[in-house]
Amino acid sequence: MNDIDIRKMVQEELNNIAPEVDLATIDPASDLREAIDIDSMDFLNFITAIHHRLGVEIPELDYPKLVTLDGAVAYIAAKLGTSKT
Amino acid sequence: MEAGTLVEWLVKPGDRVKRGDIVAVVETQKGAIEIEIFEAGKIEQLLVGVDTKVPVGTPLARIQTELEGPPGAVAAAPPSAAPAVPLATPPLVRAPVAPPSPPPVAPGAAARARVSPAARRLAEAREIDLSTVSGSGPAGTIVYADVERSLGEAVAPTEKKRAPGLDLDAMRSAIAAAMARSKREIPHYYLAHEVDVTACEQWLTRTNAARPPADRLLIGAPAIKAVALAAHRFPAFNGFYLDGKFEPATAVHVGVAIAIRGGGLAAPALHEADQISIDELMMRMRDLVQRTRAGRIRSSEISDPTITVTSLGERGVETLYGIIYPPQVAIVGIGKIVTRPWVIDGAIGPRSVVTITLSADHRVSDGHAGALFLAEIGRLLQEPDKL
Repeated sequence: MNDIDIRKMVQEELNNIAPEVDLATIDPASDLREAIDIDSMDFLNFITAIHHRLGVEIPELDYPKLVTLDGAVAYIAAKLGTSKT
Repeated sequence: MEAGTLVEWLVKPGDRVKRGDIVAVVETQKGAIEIEIFEAGKIEQLLVGVDTKVPVGTPLARIQTELEGPPGAVAAAPPSAAPAVPLATPPLVRAPVAPPSPPPVAPGAAARARVSPAARRLAEAREIDLSTVSGSGPAGTIVYADVERSLGEAVAPTEKKRAPGLDLDAMRSAIAAAMARSKREIPHYYLAHEVDVTACEQWLTRTNAARPPADRLLIGAPAIKAVALAAHRFPAFNGFYLDGKFEPATAVHVGVAIAIRGGGLAAPALHEADQISIDELMMRMRDLVQRTRAGRIRSSEISDPTITVTSLGERGVETLYGIIYPPQVAIVGIGKIVTRPWVIDGAIGPRSVVTITLSADHRVSDGHAGALFLAEIGRLLQEPDKL
């Protein structure tokens, strides 16, 4: 799975949480909680979905690394040990 | 709310039902409500057709209840005199919801799934292939809302999406009416209490470290459990004020205030919150939040809350005072956790502190009882493993 696929998957899951937001307009380096107004329950559901779909283990301590779109993609890519395309 | 439109039957004459089964979906000013049946028996006749608007209180179906007779009684029960499943009046406000995350579709399995008549009609009219739709009804039945959701997904992503049954303006009017009534009729008093939740946070971190995300707890779970246990011990904050007098409730059903994307708000019940384990509470809360945001609240969840808890989360404020949802008599507000200098054993150190508030009905209780109630919540949060 390359970075593009990961980004697409992350956007899909964020879209499930915030369906009315056009993610193309969101700065990928901005804090998602502010950018798309998600709460801790939404974030937990997001982490759960990533774990469920990709088998990626995300301990609570690592949550801060996934609060931006870029951060989430980079974290998942590193965990999956994928090649960057 | 005076009327609703029946949009979906999930049962047909001849079906056996048990208590708690969802039998129909009704759309109201407050959104789509799943109607539960409170008797066991067999559906005899559906009295209201799909897409029919009916006033509140209209009987929707007739069921043949199973009467308990002495041993040796005739097996076939006589028809029940009571038309079951009336359209109840929920006193609480509701909110608009966002569509849920659709479960993965197994096309082969979906082809064998039951499809409700309303869903089938909509699918045919809009040329939706039912084998691509996943069912969220009983036993995976594809219901109207599932087909509607499929239609929503086919729309371009920049369009705003809303769940079926969602009407933000109607929702806001309903909230306005309830809150205005509350302020008009209920003499509120307000108390605040700062609680050191460092032990609670540490317990959460330890517990979650060993669990996959699906099993992790949020701070809301111990908070709601503590409020529920305290409400059980202080009945003046758990019940209903009706016809000029207070009726304490026998059970504790905590209404959980849930913000819904687009500006809506609902506070459906977590039933028996004082009796269930924290893990069960967390699981039910996740399910409740998901269903509320998807517009699938059950009728009992609207009418049953005996006390409400409200919180704005980690991006909220330090202190919030709720407005009581009539006919309840209290609402507990939980602020965000902040790090404060605190005195422990004579020394100053950083602690995680949260301000918990009580807004209560002064016709029923006074500040002395309110203070003891808040102190009890604080005390319970010092021992999260015992919750």
